[in-house]
Amino acid sequence: MIRHLLSSADLSRDDALLVLDTAEELAAVADRPIKKLPTLRGRTVVNLFFEDSTRTRISFEAAAKRLSADVINFSAKGSSVSKGESLKDTALTLEAMGADAVVVRHGSSGAPHRLAHSGWIRGSVVNAGDGTHEHPTQALLDAFTMRRRLNVEAGSAGSTATGTGLDGRRVTIVGDVLHSRVARSNVLLLHTLGAEVTLVAPPTLLPVGVEHWPCAASYDLDGELAKSDVVMMLRVQRERMGAAFFPSAREYSRRYGLDGRRVAMLPDHAIVMHPGPMNRGMEIAADVADSARSTIVEQVTNGVSVRMAVLYLLLSGAGATEVA
Amino acid sequence: MPPTQDTRAPATRRTPPSGDPRSVLEAPDIGRALTRIAHEILERNKGPQDVVLLGIPSRGVPLARRLAARIASVEGHDVPVGALDVTMYRDDLRLRPARALEHTDLPPDGIDGRTVVLVDDVLFSGRTIRAALDALNDHGRPRLVQLAVLVDRGHRELPIRPDYVGKNLPTSMSERVSVRLEEVDGHDAVSITAAATGDSQEVTA
Repeated sequence: MIRHLLSSADLSRDDALLVLDTAEELAAVADRPIKKLPTLRGRTVVNLFFEDSTRTRISFEAAAKRLSADVINFSAKGSSVSKGESLKDTALTLEAMGADAVVVRHGSSGAPHRLAHSGWIRGSVVNAGDGTHEHPTQALLDAFTMRRRLNVEAGSAGSTATGTGLDGRRVTIVGDVLHSRVARSNVLLLHTLGAEVTLVAPPTLLPVGVEHWPCAASYDLDGELAKSDVVMMLRVQRERMGAAFFPSAREYSRRYGLDGRRVAMLPDHAIVMHPGPMNRGMEIAADVADSARSTIVEQVTNGVSVRMAVLYLLLSGAGATEVA
Repeated sequence: MPPTQDTRAPATRRTPPSGDPRSVLEAPDIGRALTRIAHEILERNKGPQDVVLLGIPSRGVPLARRLAARIASVEGHDVPVGALDVTMYRDDLRLRPARALEHTDLPPDGIDGRTVVLVDDVLFSGRTIRAALDALNDHGRPRLVQLAVLVDRGHRELPIRPDYVGKNLPTSMSERVSVRLEEVDGHDAVSITAAATGDSQEVTA
């Protein structure tokens, strides 16, 4: 297993399946009377959040605590960062406090990479979202959710998703791909797991060079729905939009929003995903978000299991070099 | 986690030359030992009521299933069987690369107030059983916990003793005991190999 988790591209198919299978076992911990494992006792996990986040930070915190690690939460607001402290000095402070893992979210793409490879800290670095670059644990939890929903035969006892990939599954990712680290990480990971990904967005919200990504791209949502196993809606990230990318919210919603009419075009087994936070009525209609096909709440639950798996695999055990 | 292959680097003990595996138990011997253990479990607990068999992965699980089948054929009464993965409770996690987890599967009625019989293939240092006791503690509160093993090879490092033993097998620290089971490996056998010197230091069971 790798030492840092910075990008979905770092994960081979075997690595990714190991994380998902481990998460599958760890998911059972949530159903136990004592929702805690002693595995990371005495280890320190720092949540270093330079950008706002609710679910990712809480999810990492819950994951670390369920593994008995000590958790230190750092958010840039109210810290010395607002006095002008640099990333390097913040990192050195954390190193001096003995952080075994640093979970970092930063507005600048590449900040976790810098943190991992500058020699400032010795611990493992987990990317919890950097700018418009990547968010690998979100991709892992999305893949985990897809695998559970699509690969487990309903009603057949003993059928589990363990060990299976997403080979041949069609995943349609819709919306603000340009600003989305979730989309980027998902495309890379889902491709590794064998799925066929199609990005659907207005031309202004598709990144330059998307033709070199391991996926297809389209401007027409209706044309993709009938053959999709999964539709993943992305949030329109107004806070990252300096310019006008589409004429109006209503027009965006009409052409790229997921409403009841569009859901009816999906195959019966297809699921609807959203990484959150949602703009209800914008990219996804409220009744679709609350329907049985929607996995939005499940994604949050699965996020804790997947992050437990990531922390366990990165933190427990000696590095391979230390073992004969 | 392969709990079958117990290897320790030779410390001060004699170092026998590395050789072919020496067979200790054949399939019929394993069958007879399990039949005897099944009867002993029934005798000691005055019947199958409240007994829950929990196998420790990977090879404890098929052994637990076989014991359950034998108990059912003697008493006509099914006993719950499950699997208890102890990986997250091990004391050597930091000494080796992270390992994949095995499946934990407890009977639906739980283990509270029951007589839990832990089942494993080889009992060696006792550290796996310590981890299992800790894991059990987080799943519920059994009235009684007993331990059944197919092979006890000695060299305990903790104050733990088995209640039911298939075969006591005196070994030197440098030997490896390997258990093969039909369900996992395609055939039943227990054998001892004199390990080559300086083999990887692995402590299981």
